[in-house]
Amino acid sequence: MADTGHGAGPAGPTGPEPLIAAGYTFETITDRIAGIVQTRHTPFWWYAGLAVTAAASGMLLVSVTYLLFEGVGIWGNNQPVYWAFGITNFVWWIGIGHAGTLISAILLLFRQEWRTSINRFAEAMTLFAVVCAGMFPLIHMGRPWLAYWLAPYPNTMGMWPQFKSPLVWDVFAVTTYITVSALFWFVGLIPDLAILRDRSQTRAGQIFYGILAMGWRGSAHHWHRYETAYLLLAGLATPLVVSVHTVVSFDFAVSIVPGWHTTIFPPYFVAGAVYSGFAMVLTLVIPVRAIYRLQDFITMRHLENMAKVMLVTGLIVAYGYTIEAFIAWYSANQYEGFMLYNRVVGPYWWAYSLLILCNVIVPQALWFKRVRTNVVALFALSIVVNIGMWLERFVIIVTSLHRDFLVSSWGRFAPTFWDWSTYIGTIGLFVMLLLIFMRLLPAVSILEMRSLVPEGRIDQEVRES
Amino acid sequence: MARHRSEVHGLMAEFERADMLVAAARQAHSEGYRKMDAYSPFPIRELDDALSPQHSSQLPLIVLIGGIAGCIGGYALQYWASAVNYPLNIAGKPFNAWPMFIPVTFECTILGAALAAVLGMLALNRLPMPYHPVFNVPRFVLASRNRFFLCIESEDPRFDLESTRRFLETLSPVEVTTVAI
Repeated sequence: MADTGHGAGPAGPTGPEPLIAAGYTFETITDRIAGIVQTRHTPFWWYAGLAVTAAASGMLLVSVTYLLFEGVGIWGNNQPVYWAFGITNFVWWIGIGHAGTLISAILLLFRQEWRTSINRFAEAMTLFAVVCAGMFPLIHMGRPWLAYWLAPYPNTMGMWPQFKSPLVWDVFAVTTYITVSALFWFVGLIPDLAILRDRSQTRAGQIFYGILAMGWRGSAHHWHRYETAYLLLAGLATPLVVSVHTVVSFDFAVSIVPGWHTTIFPPYFVAGAVYSGFAMVLTLVIPVRAIYRLQDFITMRHLENMAKVMLVTGLIVAYGYTIEAFIAWYSANQYEGFMLYNRVVGPYWWAYSLLILCNVIVPQALWFKRVRTNVVALFALSIVVNIGMWLERFVIIVTSLHRDFLVSSWGRFAPTFWDWSTYIGTIGLFVMLLLIFMRLLPAVSILEMRSLVPEGRIDQEVRES
Repeated sequence: MARHRSEVHGLMAEFERADMLVAAARQAHSEGYRKMDAYSPFPIRELDDALSPQHSSQLPLIVLIGGIAGCIGGYALQYWASAVNYPLNIAGKPFNAWPMFIPVTFECTILGAALAAVLGMLALNRLPMPYHPVFNVPRFVLASRNRFFLCIESEDPRFDLESTRRFLETLSPVEVTTVAI
């Protein structure tokens, strides 16, 4: 939250690079950010982007409709690979969401001021990624219209969810996550919505932002409770974000399938989630920053810091791969040993090799400052990591399932057209939601950017008197 | 005083800088004014202290209660469903297998606390509030932009249209406005 006292602000010549270009005041920040939203001019590329992503979302709609008619048989899943694209995509999307909460909650608690210009966008990304994620387990269920059976409610069947199953834990973890993420995002937006309301020249804008701002008027008593609530929410979201991917990893680790049944899974999944999430933030922020000319707010230092987080979490993920392989050998368990052998040289060797290339080898380029400060290189790297992290989940799910204990039950998985159309459709939906968000709401927190300029700080004498 | 209540909401002074507002709030408090509020485009911690020094927030307590309710509720739900109402033998585990109930209990704790934080904050702030008299001041739109306002409300026992206005004028405001109801 806007921390009025400790703003790093524009640093002196010896300090680190500033987080905001010099010369900004409350007014110019407000006009710069709100001007993106409150304008009659909608750029052509926005319509073009909306058309493409709406078409992709339409494809998702068609795919899901067909699925409802025909059943999951339209996908490539079959015995023994019952979880394939559906769960791969679920884990991938939910992992991407983690960066948003990490940026907005954990970096807030650590007083990392560079989060300020990217947190709003990352939170929106989280929300939309979890929307896409949540869809997959539901449509994967076979009878999605009975999805409400997952909820614990008194019913005429006299039955309850089976609370000893990680899949039920997942329902609670993901629904809590989307609820808390939405609350966090909305609470952060309230003062900005009031700014847009007061700035609105049109009646429609005043009504739209006025309803959303709920009558916020910046009262001192309100600010006091607001900051308390925001800080508490950050404190609550921090253990939550760690728990969500931990619970997701339990879906695998609690089972006995070789390649799933390992204790390294929770930390390794959480690190992987943050890794892929930061990659996605970079993939999205780099074009947005260029298109809206937000280089003054989302500076090179922001991009470089995100690259550093990617490097560290990437190394944790690499450690996870190493330990997986080490334990497969050290345990002397023949099934674990075969799992590793099969990953490296089995039918899906290409997926495993690509995953190591994308997640471990290529990102080592981030050790060099020249790479970390090169926008094009960072963008390319972020795409590579996104692909790598998708492959990681694919490898974990498909190569572990397709050859387990009994040779007689071995099989193969190949995706169908509908597997791809559903997956690509969710990417379209995700980007479409982001485009709509950027058009209607401030993609950078106006309130928090204010804490970075000298105007946003109180004189020391006033503070102490 | 009561007779003012029907006529005006209070008197509002506009300031150019945050420190001027903090100083003004402190002075108004030492003058004995209690029913007042200050409005700023960003949170100023000193301001809340200046307006009501010994005031403490109830919000952390509400969040604690929300968290405890979520925790107990989450565990009770699982216990009752799995051990009382619908006992089912899962892999020979006890009906009340408490370690397996921790993840859901944890998630419910967070959910309860987070809902309490947001709903509690909104309720204590009396939001949503579609109408408030301060919005009648035309320049108040700047309160979310770059101006700072102090409003002494007519409900304050020391409030007097004449003398309060004179007092506010001494604080070097941009202007002092009467806030219509």
